Amino acid sequence: MAYLNAERLETRYGLGRIGAALACVAAMAWAPAQAETLTVVMASKLTVLDPVLTASHQTRNHAYMIYDTLLATDADNKIQPQMADKWEISADGKTYTFTLRDGLKWHDGTPVKAEDCVASIQRWAQSDKTGRQLMPLVASMDVVDDKTFKIVLTAPADVLAALGKPSGLPSFMMPKRVAQTPVAQAITDYTGSGPFKFVQKEFQPGVKTVYEKNTDYVPRKEAPSWTAGGKVVNVDRVEWVAMADPMTTVNALLGGEVDYIETVPFDLVPMVKSSPDLTLRILDKMGYQPMYRFNQLNAPFDNKLVRQAAMYAVGQDDILKAQVGDPEFFKTCGAVFGCNLPYSSNTRADMIVPSNVEKAKALLKEAKYDGAPVVILHATDIAMASAIPVVMAQQLRQAGFNVQLQAMDFMTMLSRRANRDVPAKGGWSIFVTTWHVSEIMDPLRNYGVSANGEKAWFGWPTVPQVEALRDKFLVAATEPERKQIAEQLQDVMLDEGVAITLGQIETAAAYSKKLSGVVESPAPVFWNIKKASE
Amino acid sequence: MLRYILKRILATVPVVLTVAVLVFCLLRLTPGDPALILAGDAATETQLAQIREHMGLDRSLATQFMLWGGQVLQGDLGTSLHSGTPVTAMIGSRVGPSLALALSTILLSTLIAVPLGVFSAWRRGTRADRAVMAFSVLGFSVPIFVTGYALILLFAMKLGWLPVQGYKSPSAGLVAFGTHLLLPTIALSTGFVALIARIARSSVLEVMGEDFIRTARAKGITERAVMMAHALRNAAVPIITVIGVSIALLISGVVVTESVFNLPGLGRLVVESVLARDYPLIQGLILLFSLVYIGVNLTIDVLYSVFDPRIRY
Amino acid sequence: MSTSIHSIAGGAGITPAIRKRPRSALVRTLSTWPVMAALAMLAVIVLAAMSANLLGLADPMSINPMERLKGISAEHWFGTDAYGRDVLSRVIHGARISLMIGAGTAIAALIPGLVLGVIAGYFRAADMVIMRIMDGIMSVPSILLAIALVAVTGASLLTVLIAIAVPEFPRVVRLVRGLILSLRDEPYVEAAISLGTPTRVLMMRHLVPNTVAPLIVQGTFIFASAMLSEAIMSFLGVGMPPEFPSWGNVIAEGRMYFQVRPELILLPGLFLALTVLSVNMLGDAMRDALDPKMARRV
Repeated sequence: MAYLNAERLETRYGLGRIGAALACVAAMAWAPAQAETLTVVMASKLTVLDPVLTASHQTRNHAYMIYDTLLATDADNKIQPQMADKWEISADGKTYTFTLRDGLKWHDGTPVKAEDCVASIQRWAQSDKTGRQLMPLVASMDVVDDKTFKIVLTAPADVLAALGKPSGLPSFMMPKRVAQTPVAQAITDYTGSGPFKFVQKEFQPGVKTVYEKNTDYVPRKEAPSWTAGGKVVNVDRVEWVAMADPMTTVNALLGGEVDYIETVPFDLVPMVKSSPDLTLRILDKMGYQPMYRFNQLNAPFDNKLVRQAAMYAVGQDDILKAQVGDPEFFKTCGAVFGCNLPYSSNTRADMIVPSNVEKAKALLKEAKYDGAPVVILHATDIAMASAIPVVMAQQLRQAGFNVQLQAMDFMTMLSRRANRDVPAKGGWSIFVTTWHVSEIMDPLRNYGVSANGEKAWFGWPTVPQVEALRDKFLVAATEPERKQIAEQLQDVMLDEGVAITLGQIETAAAYSKKLSGVVESPAPVFWNIKKASE
Repeated sequence: MLRYILKRILATVPVVLTVAVLVFCLLRLTPGDPALILAGDAATETQLAQIREHMGLDRSLATQFMLWGGQVLQGDLGTSLHSGTPVTAMIGSRVGPSLALALSTILLSTLIAVPLGVFSAWRRGTRADRAVMAFSVLGFSVPIFVTGYALILLFAMKLGWLPVQGYKSPSAGLVAFGTHLLLPTIALSTGFVALIARIARSSVLEVMGEDFIRTARAKGITERAVMMAHALRNAAVPIITVIGVSIALLISGVVVTESVFNLPGLGRLVVESVLARDYPLIQGLILLFSLVYIGVNLTIDVLYSVFDPRIRY
Repeated sequence: MSTSIHSIAGGAGITPAIRKRPRSALVRTLSTWPVMAALAMLAVIVLAAMSANLLGLADPMSINPMERLKGISAEHWFGTDAYGRDVLSRVIHGARISLMIGAGTAIAALIPGLVLGVIAGYFRAADMVIMRIMDGIMSVPSILLAIALVAVTGASLLTVLIAIAVPEFPRVVRLVRGLILSLRDEPYVEAAISLGTPTRVLMMRHLVPNTVAPLIVQGTFIFASAMLSEAIMSFLGVGMPPEFPSWGNVIAEGRMYFQVRPELILLPGLFLALTVLSVNMLGDAMRDALDPKMARRV
């Protein structure tokens, strides 16, 4: 604690060196013996504990603590075995056989069996988008023996990428009895096989979550890399504390009351940088992609030219500058599937990256835009995207759109978004949301790749080509083929305004210099971290 | 009087019932789907429908209300939709910090404000009086979060005397409890000091203008004795009243303080649960608050008639 | 919400005597220099608010991310906020919205409060019912009300006003009722009744005028506290739509930068504090002046 610092005691209270030392020792002796604890402030509070029921990042982070995954993605974006020892793919690409490694145990001491994995995958697949797309292709999932199971498909598909993806509902392994909970119900048993155990009796939802080291965990031998590799835990306890106020969070870190902050608010980065006791680091090199969709059912965005006008009017640079501020943490990017990633493309990027008000005005004239109101939904209580609609509104107005920015809290926004009616009757024209890059990086995971009209994701565009291309991607045999399909998809999606990206944002974590071995990863992980004693 | 109190207690039932129905309807009719926040942005309509069914949200309003009402009468406030923890447990675990903050604020405010108010009344019309009143008004002219940030900046960051944030329950050590509670108490007290000081001042002034004070002075009692023995006792009534009302106010007024100082109390819980549409939790909290308001208002009304015999019910 | 701290200051426990007030006391109290200063300050702020559009200020809503968070300069006297908007312009335009919220809440709380309070104080039967309803209303948290209103009608000045005023007016009812209760048993009221004065006349000519003074005072406190409540609602994310330059919004948006650019909070905060201070001083002065016991003492 900063305020119990020996130096302070000495200088403030004139205790003299020995006096100060004695005081400190007395204070420490007075406090109960402490296990080595890591105190962490995560980006948002944890309340939901079922990582299949919800795709929330907080729940995913919690799951990485107490569960393990069959496969994982490493820093080179390659799928690596984690709980699996090895796998075999049949020559025709339709049968995947997984063998578990030795020594895997649940937190209650029972061994991990193949049937647990099968049950977990089945529950996960009912909820996860990629899983749901895969299931129709799955002929059967068979348990061969206690350590081996098979997935048999009717057509070749990339099962590994689905099972090994780091975010957007990763596939966590749970005991069979837990995995048999119906998917609409939250699990209540938090037994896992991960490197930490969940200390349920100390859990205060929305306030504090406590994990302790799982001493029976058998880590892999490799070095940790993203969510793959050996998960060696070097602390006894990890405490996640929820804080409502970003300023207080940073002050708490500066004062030594917490060890690690998951996300430093962009404008407070200078405070962290100016402290000699703290490290600022971008641990998640993938980052986030803000994006928006049009409501294509109603005016004015039922008209393709009007949509294109809007896309030309909106410019990424100003938006990102307002939302993030420091260019160190954002970059403009016209790739629907993320920049510097396997399926990046620059096709039609000129439409969506710069702000071209002249072209927008011309298109509006051509489309004979009649001033139909554009309602942008603006969620005011979430930090990550709250500036974007404001800047978009201004850019659209400059091009001649009649924009109504409607402020509401996030929950109301989610409800309004489901309303298909015209804006005057509670509908909307544009909504903005943010994804983690790992959740949009291929056409199967990306929710924007949805254009089957009434059944599509919010916005309800009807572009059959998009659906066709995605189905083609699912069964494509080679990587070059997949890349080509992704490029075509970007072309169609931007031409028709199906889902438009707003660039890429990276967030930085900050932690005390006492911590070493912090792993870079798309999801924050707490194995491998060592904490030097005071 | 007793009959009046009994009538009031009986009247609690319809009030609580009305509040319960009102809030229940307000919640259900406000847009916002708890299933959505549980399952997140990416859930399909079928998934959401399943979750809603599991939560019992697909039944008619009346049925839902009956079920909830029945539970409450058995002492079960239900379970939080998002965390699955029983509502009573959640409220119970978070009542501590709010209560500690409220009580310490009232204590500190009263200890500072009453002497200030009395002093002001004594030195009425002088510069000192005006300065004290203006200064105390300054305390509540500034939004609490600004006061909070300023206090943290000075006492925690620059001087390092106190911790920045957090709550430590008394069981973890009284020193820790005290140091963590001090800054939030000061921040919240700045508003109440003004309130209590001004009431103290004006009620002492009123009493000082009474005939019996003139008589006491005429009897030759010193000014100080007049103040202490006669004026204060009579001036106590409005002061006590305002303190009583403050208790009720504090419960709703601590939200910002709890956010800024990261105290896991009820104020924040209300905001969080409303923003998340966690229906059972909100309903449980509001039931609790309505009982508190009713209790406090009843006490105030009883105090009115006890101390001012002119007031009859 | 902490609204009512300030509004309580006006009314709790004060029962003024019922004699005719000498006008000279009012004028006398109002001519002391602190009160004159407060009046002047208020006048300046109101004037600035009303003429905001004529002062040649920058557009308060114009976003310019390149200029964000620049400090005080010749071009931007108060600096720029996180969107690059001119803070001075936002503060002055914001005065209008904040003053409207203050005045609007005061009126919205006082008028129904007066009506219900008189009825509750005078008619015993109505008392029980009305006061229990007031108990109920106080239990509903403002934030819930705010969100519900916003969701139904969209965030606007009106919804924020209603969300702040509704929890406020039960206190006015309580105040008026308390006054009427003690007035009801006064000899002259008894006399009026035995003279056969119709109830309505009794209320309008004898009871209501005696509530006017404390109500005005209460009103000034509600005015001040409403402006502060607005800042808190913005802090929680359920206040005025963020593009609007109300003081609450400007302060709430600037809170993140307190240790980096403190002037973003301190300057609008100063205006808010000065306005609240002035209004409160006026309220104090009016109470001192209108309370006959005080008046006689001066």
